[in-house]
Amino acid sequence: MTTETTSPAGTSLGAEQLGKFLYEMMLIRHFEEKCGELYTKGKIRGFLHLYTGQEACAVGSMAALEERDKVVTHYRDHGHALARGLDPNRVMAELFGKATGVSGGRGGSMHLYDVSKGFLGGYAIVAAHLPLAVGLGMASNMKSEGYVTLCVFGDGSVGEGEFHEALNLSVLWNTPTIFFCENNLYGMGVPFHASLSTEIPKLAAAYNMPAVSVDGMDVIAVHEATNKAVDHARSGKGPYFIEAMTYRYRGHSMSDPELYRLKDEVEEHRQRDAIERLKTQMMEAGQLDEARYQEFAERVDQVVDESVEFAERSPQPGIETLYDHLYKEPSDG
Amino acid sequence: MAEMRMRDALREALREEMLRDETIFLMGEDIGLYGGSYAVTKGLLEEFGEARVIDTPIAESGIVGAGIGAAMGGLHPMVELMTINFSFLALDQIVNSAAKLHHMSNGQIHVPMVIRMASGGGSQLAATHSHSLEGMYAHFPGLKVVCPSNAADAKGLLKRAFRDQNTVIFIEHTANYAIKGEVPDDPDFLIEFGVANILREGTDVTIVGYGGSVHQATRAAALLEEQEEISAEVIDLRTLQPLDMDTVIASVKKTNRCVIVEDAWRFGGFGGELASQVMERAFDWLDAPVARVACKDVPLPYNRNLEFAALPSEEDVVDAVLGMFKE
Ligand SMILES: Cc1ncc(C[n+]2csc(CCOP(=O)(O)OP(=O)(O)O)c2C)c(N)n1
Ligand SMILES: [Mg+2]
Repeated sequence: MTTETTSPAGTSLGAEQLGKFLYEMMLIRHFEEKCGELYTKGKIRGFLHLYTGQEACAVGSMAALEERDKVVTHYRDHGHALARGLDPNRVMAELFGKATGVSGGRGGSMHLYDVSKGFLGGYAIVAAHLPLAVGLGMASNMKSEGYVTLCVFGDGSVGEGEFHEALNLSVLWNTPTIFFCENNLYGMGVPFHASLSTEIPKLAAAYNMPAVSVDGMDVIAVHEATNKAVDHARSGKGPYFIEAMTYRYRGHSMSDPELYRLKDEVEEHRQRDAIERLKTQMMEAGQLDEARYQEFAERVDQVVDESVEFAERSPQPGIETLYDHLYKEPSDG
Repeated sequence: MAEMRMRDALREALREEMLRDETIFLMGEDIGLYGGSYAVTKGLLEEFGEARVIDTPIAESGIVGAGIGAAMGGLHPMVELMTINFSFLALDQIVNSAAKLHHMSNGQIHVPMVIRMASGGGSQLAATHSHSLEGMYAHFPGLKVVCPSNAADAKGLLKRAFRDQNTVIFIEHTANYAIKGEVPDDPDFLIEFGVANILREGTDVTIVGYGGSVHQATRAAALLEEQEEISAEVIDLRTLQPLDMDTVIASVKKTNRCVIVEDAWRFGGFGGELASQVMERAFDWLDAPVARVACKDVPLPYNRNLEFAALPSEEDVVDAVLGMFKE
């Protein structure tokens, strides 16, 4: 196990790539803030877990993937979906429960899918998708398809047996799986040190898998770590584990009274904000000016507004579709 | 007597039992610092301390297993699994250990434990988070299964669960948490298992429900009286294991008709068990086949219209009753 910190000055990423990171993080931030608003208006319902604060994790990691690669993630999945290139209109429509949504209105916030983008789902049962990521790796190996699977989950997963079973299997079977743990310090209201007797990367190391811990509020560090992990997995060396240290700004879900943490703590972490950080770095390096930043902000506004309009004017799924897709039929093709 | 919500009545029961019996302790996901996902355990960590109110990692199988061991060691644990949806991860421990140890050890071991969980659909939580599994748990011999429909019952039944020497699966429908009712404050207020509650007397049809579906049943009964002049008797089973079939049979012998309402899927559901027993014991009294109103056999969708279409409603109950009066 090693702990890496990447100096932003040392990055080989150009202004264009960094600008893309900044834009995507801003898009996710704004999208999530809008979702929070729409939830209080009753437009979005059910459980809603916002991703604000963690944007660098999704943006930095997804950018290391190729089109053929696969992604599975947990229920806090809007950020991963957007960073993976899912259509914001169709993601928002899903949150509205509309027929045009990425899951046809059946899945809602916690269960987004878009197979055309290799986005094989948001999984709402903690750690349920880790073994799935191992199986996808088996398929990639057996069919020689060369794809890797990025498997994203929270720190709370480490308490589950399936976490340990999946790590062990992936090493035994040498699967091209990248285990990406977003450690936002809490599983609901339980601080992660109260749910784990050791450090997370040590668990992976114990199963004989390379493991790193990176600053998850630094999109460049996340990206470079994921690049390494992808190279490792794609070259046939087996699974790789990344812990990204991050923080969620909002409650666990919309119904969280946040009795377990102080406002000061949230403020402290906001000082590490990934968007502010990249913005400052780029400005200092002469890669961004106020006008370009404003341009991003306006575009983000537009994209999010349009997604809401799209969702609003989309049709409800018809009641007659209730039994659709219960079983795959030969006639489905 | 005091008026309170079901969630507060549950908390009262936990408090009183913990004060009465020092071997009782609570463990579960987010029951302490967070105050409980549905605020049932709010304040108990502050009152009883970390030794008796334990926040656990997300490890359903581990904590139920540890609960079984603690019970074998002479304690009386209450394990909260947050929601019934996550109990699938603990199913092996519940079914293969908790339910079987007493029998398999020839009576040498017993597992006094209460496992609490929130359940039910109707909140647009989609397929993974909307399960109704009361009937599934009742299927396993060796478990007791309790599903209160109101505040007073919740208190009396939960207190009774801690007086039991067996594992009690205690299932709380999320729609019931906020319902208010008068609750006795006598610390010895208990409701016996296996005693159904006749919520409303009637002469024309017996409507049987449990947990969340009791409310569709009572609303339907009110509609039937107002609009159709049909007098429905409503029975709340309260516990599925043990099951008070005598009360149901006596009612059916009086009304000659029976409708069963449940939130769970119709196919292979608990309603089928009830219908069989009615048929076995009251066949000659029936004027119509027993009807079942249940969830459509699909995973519950997020979309509101689709979810409502899938779940049983009071209109469905009314239709089922009217169907019995048509020639
Ligand atoms: C098996 C299971 N147990 C419990 C839950 C309820 N639950 C949902 S999210 C969560 C906390 C998970 O925390 P973490 O893995 O750190 O992810 P984060 O929410 O912080 O992104 C819990 C306990 C669940 N969904 N699945
Ligand atoms: Mg977490």
